[in-house]
Amino acid sequence: MRIAGLDIGSRTIKLFLLEDGRVKDFRYVETSYDPKAKIKNLLGKVEYDQLVATGYGRNLAQAHFGAETITEIRAHALGVRYLFPEARTILDIGGQDTKAIALSPEGQVIKFEMNDRCAAGTGRFLEIMAMALGVDLPGLSELALEATHAAQISSLCTVFAESEVVGLIGRGEDRRMIAKGVILSIAKRSVSLLKRVKVHPPVVFTGGVAKNKALVKALEELLKVHVLVPENPQITGALGAALSAKFL
Amino acid sequence: MYERMWEALGLDLNAHQALLDTLGPIYESIYLSQKNRPKGMEYFDQVVACIHGARIEELLKAKETGNLVIGTFCVFVPEEIVWAGGGICVGLCAGAEVGFEEAEQVLPRNLCPLIKAFFGFKLARVCPYVEACDFVVGETTCDGKKKAYEIFHEFKETYVMQVPQKKDPQSFNLWFAEVKRFKEKIEEASGKEITAEDLRQGINLINKRREALNRLNRLRQNDPPPISGLDALLINQIAFYDDPERFTTQLNTLCDELEERVKQGKGVCPKGSPRIVISGCPMAIPNWKLPYIVESLGAVIVGEESCVGRRNTRDLVNPAGETVEDLLKAIAERYMKIDCAIFTPNPDRAENLRAMVEELSAHGVIHYSLKFCDPYTVEVYQTDRAVSTKVPTLKIETDYSQEDVEQIRTRVEAFLELLR
Repeated sequence: MRIAGLDIGSRTIKLFLLEDGRVKDFRYVETSYDPKAKIKNLLGKVEYDQLVATGYGRNLAQAHFGAETITEIRAHALGVRYLFPEARTILDIGGQDTKAIALSPEGQVIKFEMNDRCAAGTGRFLEIMAMALGVDLPGLSELALEATHAAQISSLCTVFAESEVVGLIGRGEDRRMIAKGVILSIAKRSVSLLKRVKVHPPVVFTGGVAKNKALVKALEELLKVHVLVPENPQITGALGAALSAKFL
Repeated sequence: MYERMWEALGLDLNAHQALLDTLGPIYESIYLSQKNRPKGMEYFDQVVACIHGARIEELLKAKETGNLVIGTFCVFVPEEIVWAGGGICVGLCAGAEVGFEEAEQVLPRNLCPLIKAFFGFKLARVCPYVEACDFVVGETTCDGKKKAYEIFHEFKETYVMQVPQKKDPQSFNLWFAEVKRFKEKIEEASGKEITAEDLRQGINLINKRREALNRLNRLRQNDPPPISGLDALLINQIAFYDDPERFTTQLNTLCDELEERVKQGKGVCPKGSPRIVISGCPMAIPNWKLPYIVESLGAVIVGEESCVGRRNTRDLVNPAGETVEDLLKAIAERYMKIDCAIFTPNPDRAENLRAMVEELSAHGVIHYSLKFCDPYTVEVYQTDRAVSTKVPTLKIETDYSQEDVEQIRTRVEAFLELLR
């Protein structure tokens, strides 16, 4: 039995293949302006018996590719527990969403919180800030790790925070301190979201933003617990979608 | 066919037509597409189809024969007194993002959408109800409305009742005095004295309507419920402006049909579907955004802990009094039981929600707040505490725009997964 899990996010589409319960393959592409064509292309390269989709574009996959659907919340819960069977708290930061999920000892979702409608504190926020600082995403993390202190970024709105960063650059503030300020502002916002569902270790951090080592470090400092990050944090949702097939 | 009437009322015919043209398809896709609808909903569909026509004609006819038409925005206005004075009371629309551009010329941007909407409907000249009214009655509930009425008065005569913020005896006295003053205002405007018999008739008229609505609410205790939450919400919305006598008759006919359905074990959804109670801010017509999302995902709404819902129907006025004074006091007492979040403290609301969850065998509660509504958004702390130990809860804060529909859908869908 080959099951394909598809996570159609705002920035990337992730595909995960399970064969008889074992990990077979995963790949991802940018979502672009035409996710339908991207999905078609991705699915054309693999063979599967059943398709389960999650992410904000899940209904597109249901309408055009006969996928079953589950929400990102459930997908992340399943994916994370497969990788970390003891996990009790999940932070997922994707392109435009931040989610905090509390799990029972058995792995059931007990409570979840999501960010408001704007992209504050998400992957998109990081991209814009990196661009303002003239680095790519790994570069932003490296800059922040080199910083001795953090510049104050008080705005959480992506647009206003960008103005703030531009203002700091104009005043001659060290790029590394600004980068750390940006990271810290996301970390604080994520921690307040996590506290709304109550933080219970082990804590797992997923989504593309979890690749940012500076952010992981900032979260650990604020939460005072070790934060676990999967090897490929951005594919947890697609993995969960594929795993859900046996529950559907 | 109603163009001439709308023109005479001073509506902006183009803008008004555009509004009706958007409402039609929305109603079709949200309401008429529902499966297993009771036959008795036909009457209510008709009322909506003719929302700015037939009923307005009735209001204008009543005015021709010298009767008052009063517009309100809140369940605190004791409408029994309006009916006792031979008048007609209509709840005014405030449930759509209409005329916001005009509204924002006088109001701040960051304000409750309900307030912006009632200004918008008036300033964009698209609501025949407000134009047909002799005057509107406001009330000192939340700060936003209280201050907005001062400005609204510049566009339409607005009489404001003072609603107290506590429930102690001094507050009751203040409110009782306000109820008496309101009776005098209606007498003065209509030129007709209100007798005890008039009051009794007004009380009975509205009590019967509330009883019928409560009957509908009780029928929703069944699994599966015989009617959808969307339809029940619509009926509650229509209650605010339809003729009460006709409305009550039609609703009771519908309830007879629903009783029959229950006996046969028929419902709007499969037995065992997730049952949701929505708690919080009012959903004025045509605000069906959240209920539509919830029910299109396979859950069913079994109760509205809301002004357009249980808060408006729960308590009846005791009609036993002999004198005008007795009856006015009974009216004042009934309205002081309203568990609106503007009261401090307001323990009744949390308790009423808890009781609703129990009697309706709800599986989950969605706290619904309109953006910038401080009283309800803050009070979620207490209402959530009253139910979250028993059932899962979800908080949704939104407005009338459509931009967050997909995000809300994801939250609600994940919430429903959690109930299964």
